[in-house]
Amino acid sequence: MILADVIGTVVSPVQIKALDGFTLLMVRPVTPDGKATGKMRIALDKVGAGVGDRVLMIDEGNSGRQILKDASAPIKSLIVGFVDAVEVHGKLTYDHRQTQQP
Amino acid sequence: MYLGRVIGRVVATQQYEGLEGVPLQIVQPLDETGAPMGGSLVACSAISSGPGDLIHYVDGREAALALPNETFVPVDATILGFVEQAVVGNRDLASDLEPSR
Amino acid sequence: MQIAKIIGSLVATQKDEGLRDHKLLVCQVHNHENKPKDQYVIAVDAVGAGPGDLVLYATGSSARQTTLTKDRPCDAVVMAIVDSWDQDGSNVYEKWSE
Repeated sequence: MILADVIGTVVSPVQIKALDGFTLLMVRPVTPDGKATGKMRIALDKVGAGVGDRVLMIDEGNSGRQILKDASAPIKSLIVGFVDAVEVHGKLTYDHRQTQQP
Repeated sequence: MYLGRVIGRVVATQQYEGLEGVPLQIVQPLDETGAPMGGSLVACSAISSGPGDLIHYVDGREAALALPNETFVPVDATILGFVEQAVVGNRDLASDLEPSR
Repeated sequence: MQIAKIIGSLVATQKDEGLRDHKLLVCQVHNHENKPKDQYVIAVDAVGAGPGDLVLYATGSSARQTTLTKDRPCDAVVMAIVDSWDQDGSNVYEKWSE
């Protein structure tokens, strides 16, 4: 699994059947320190994440198909969890509470 | 899964069995600003996309699973759907990047 | 998939049993303007391509999704021969006018 920031939303009214009913989000992978890394992706949202959230993402098909319980789903990138906090070498690099607007 | 734009078509009559009738299209991957991200690639299309369309596609083994008939085919990229709106910040990439057809 | 030109074939007598009956092709990858890149791939032939052909090849585990390469130690397969290629409204390549 990788860490990623949700940076945008995608609307796709015409798409293959297997994706019907799911939300698509634009995500950018980040390092544990919060630096952007790698290519921007479009991921299926399973947890109800929104723009600005840091999330846990699967970028591998087999696990995705098991989660969706669909052996033939052509799905690779899947958001599977919210990140509350990240700690690296004893230092807090991300805290969800601090990103909240008052 | 990635964002991209269809920029061309490829025709191949001699191809692996099971791929007959599947459209082959050139896709330019795009980043979150709508700028090209890496080089273009050839993808199968599972929808009725064509040059100029903003789309999303999947790569790797999953690409074959998206095809309607035969799924045991050597395909490593498939277009899954049209992107009508792609909002980053307060900018909609889909309307900003309307191509000149 | 990527577009490449077959620039040769490759013979290896001593190789894994799984690749015994496979024709190996030397492919030079082409960019979006049909110019050769300094990038080469050795791919198993699944369509009967030969030197001079512009082809499509698939990589990774997708390359093992042919009856020829199933469960074989192969990560690139030539799966189509390009007849024509249009891009940005103009014709980039036409097999029969070469």
